[in-house]
Amino acid sequence: MITRREAFMGATMAAVVAGMPPFTSKAKAAVGRPDIAALPRQKVTLVAPPFVHTHEQVATGGPKIIEFTMTIEEKPMVIDDEGTTLQAMTFNGSVPGPLMVVHQDDYVELTLVNPESNSLAHNIDFHAATGALGGGELSLVNPGEQVTLRFRATRTGTFVYHCAPGGAMIPWHVVSGMSGAIMVLPRDGLKDEKGQPLRYDRIYYIGENDFYIPRDKDGRYKSYESPGDAYQDTMELMRGLIPTHEVFNGRVGALTGDNAMAAKVGETVLIVHSQANRDTRPHLIGGHGDHVWEEGKFANPPAKDLETWFIRGGSAGAALYTFLQPGIYAYVNHNLIEAVELGATAHFMVEGAWDDDLMAQVEAPKPIATN
Amino acid sequence: MEGGTARLPDSRAVLVSKEVNIMPFDIPHMISGLVAAAAIPASMLGAADWLLDGPAEIPFPVAQTVAVSGRVAFPLPGEFLRDGRPVAAPRRLEEIAAFEIMTYQVSVLDYRRCVDAGACRPADAAPGQALRTPATGVSHVDAEAYAAWYSQATGERWRLPSAAEWALAAGERFSGDDLPVVADADNPAERWLSAYRAESARERTPVAEPQPRGAFGANAHGVYDLAGNVWEWTSTCYVRSTLAVGGREIATAVENCGVHVLEGRHRAYMSNFIRDGKSGGCAVGVPPDNLGFRLVREPRGETFVARLRDAVRGLFR
Repeated sequence: MITRREAFMGATMAAVVAGMPPFTSKAKAAVGRPDIAALPRQKVTLVAPPFVHTHEQVATGGPKIIEFTMTIEEKPMVIDDEGTTLQAMTFNGSVPGPLMVVHQDDYVELTLVNPESNSLAHNIDFHAATGALGGGELSLVNPGEQVTLRFRATRTGTFVYHCAPGGAMIPWHVVSGMSGAIMVLPRDGLKDEKGQPLRYDRIYYIGENDFYIPRDKDGRYKSYESPGDAYQDTMELMRGLIPTHEVFNGRVGALTGDNAMAAKVGETVLIVHSQANRDTRPHLIGGHGDHVWEEGKFANPPAKDLETWFIRGGSAGAALYTFLQPGIYAYVNHNLIEAVELGATAHFMVEGAWDDDLMAQVEAPKPIATN
Repeated sequence: MEGGTARLPDSRAVLVSKEVNIMPFDIPHMISGLVAAAAIPASMLGAADWLLDGPAEIPFPVAQTVAVSGRVAFPLPGEFLRDGRPVAAPRRLEEIAAFEIMTYQVSVLDYRRCVDAGACRPADAAPGQALRTPATGVSHVDAEAYAAWYSQATGERWRLPSAAEWALAAGERFSGDDLPVVADADNPAERWLSAYRAESARERTPVAEPQPRGAFGANAHGVYDLAGNVWEWTSTCYVRSTLAVGGREIATAVENCGVHVLEGRHRAYMSNFIRDGKSGGCAVGVPPDNLGFRLVREPRGETFVARLRDAVRGLFR
């Protein structure tokens, strides 16, 4: 008799056996290719979203090998104020996984750890990477294993990464929380449509997730002992394509109240937004997108003055905005049903002086004048 | 928690004494008495529920009430402007005529009786709730329908409390509006930001799911579950008032009775048809966990006169 864990691993064993031998750092230096062994190395400690690890906007020096480590955590996570629990699968303990930032031509070297305490095999597919199913074929790790994958960041932009361990496991791992994003900056930084440099004072990373939590016969959300226990019901619900929750950063209200994002009038904020599975349409209520890379790819000129931008499922985009007025801004998925009823709402708290020129209440509400 | 159970009076005795009150010439009372009698068999259908729910429930109990009267100082509900700028709600001291308020919120079982009688729409609360849990997932419209049915069924006059009556009954549990109104004439965002911070800092209820009656204990008056996790509808309409320049008197006011005041851990305003606080709120701010209600009973004398008046009016309709 096989255990549930063995059954889940079974689906991916074939991939492991067929895996290619690990890379060595002795690959020959070809024309235009640096000697990898000679490259400087930099270790980066990732931070949980919406925050982003410190990084240079304009790279100093040549390409480097940037070392990251992510530990996969399977754990129950509360996803709304009612205490609804998701048997979550996470990159580094957060939903979404952390935003990684490198520069073009840097080498991303990720060590992916799957602790013995987990029950499932996992891997990582980087949309920024070339070959081997985005690295998925070379990064499958069973509980108790770790793997190190390196890829060259050849293209600039914001890109999704997600778990893709094969077959039905792929969408299930993704809707269980296993996605994040990487931003590959041009070495000389962001530029507007005329090639003029753009900078940001703050950066926030928002990962949007669609969750599918099964209900019992009374209509209450069910909770399960383990991811495996949730599998059958969740798959059935997922196939209906209607999420029960559509949230930013792992839960309803993750970026509101005490956790609202902060900014000041005059500050320029870069908002990176990813959705690994489903289309979304971010909108900053009361603000705009000054420069928006809707598809997230910095080789294309940014669109300007957008009201709402479209993030295709399976991609990450970036929007740059300089706040001009103080107050509370709601940043929503402008399918307003998803924003208000399903949870896709975040808030910015913006401090600063009010500009009457941009807006004023000329006359407060009063009874309708009668003559 | 069943803390309130032991304190329930013998409701049967209340029922009997009510019958004694039916006077021979009180025609409206007799009619409603018949309605009440007719309601009993229907509610007997809930006998199995009663057996499951414990011995404190009888087939048709008249709600236990607490008598309240006195003066209450409270911030007026609504929104207030002076010189075109939002200002804190003025506090008023009001003398409230004596009234009786339900010791507990109307329960799932209570409300079900109204539904069974065909006078109330089924609530939106999660199924499978204990019968002694407050009825939630009910709108202002539902609460009004229940009050009308309950008045007819009991032959008494029951209605929602006004916000002032609620404040008086709530006593030390009353909070009213507590969001700061920062007066920075040049920057309206200061007020939004400070209110947002205050809302974020508000202590959340430990559990969002409605709890069995009595779970949040009694206040000094002996009224249970005030300011727990069920916000209560009142009969007070939302109103926007302009205060006289330099004064506290209301110069103009526009009432919107499509929106009513709810009281609880903090004050809330909801459209009459909203049954779920979470979807009825604004874009920002902490919404009520659940919407429910309790009723007040008007003094009997008034009831008799009012009913006679209504009956006479009815003749000329």
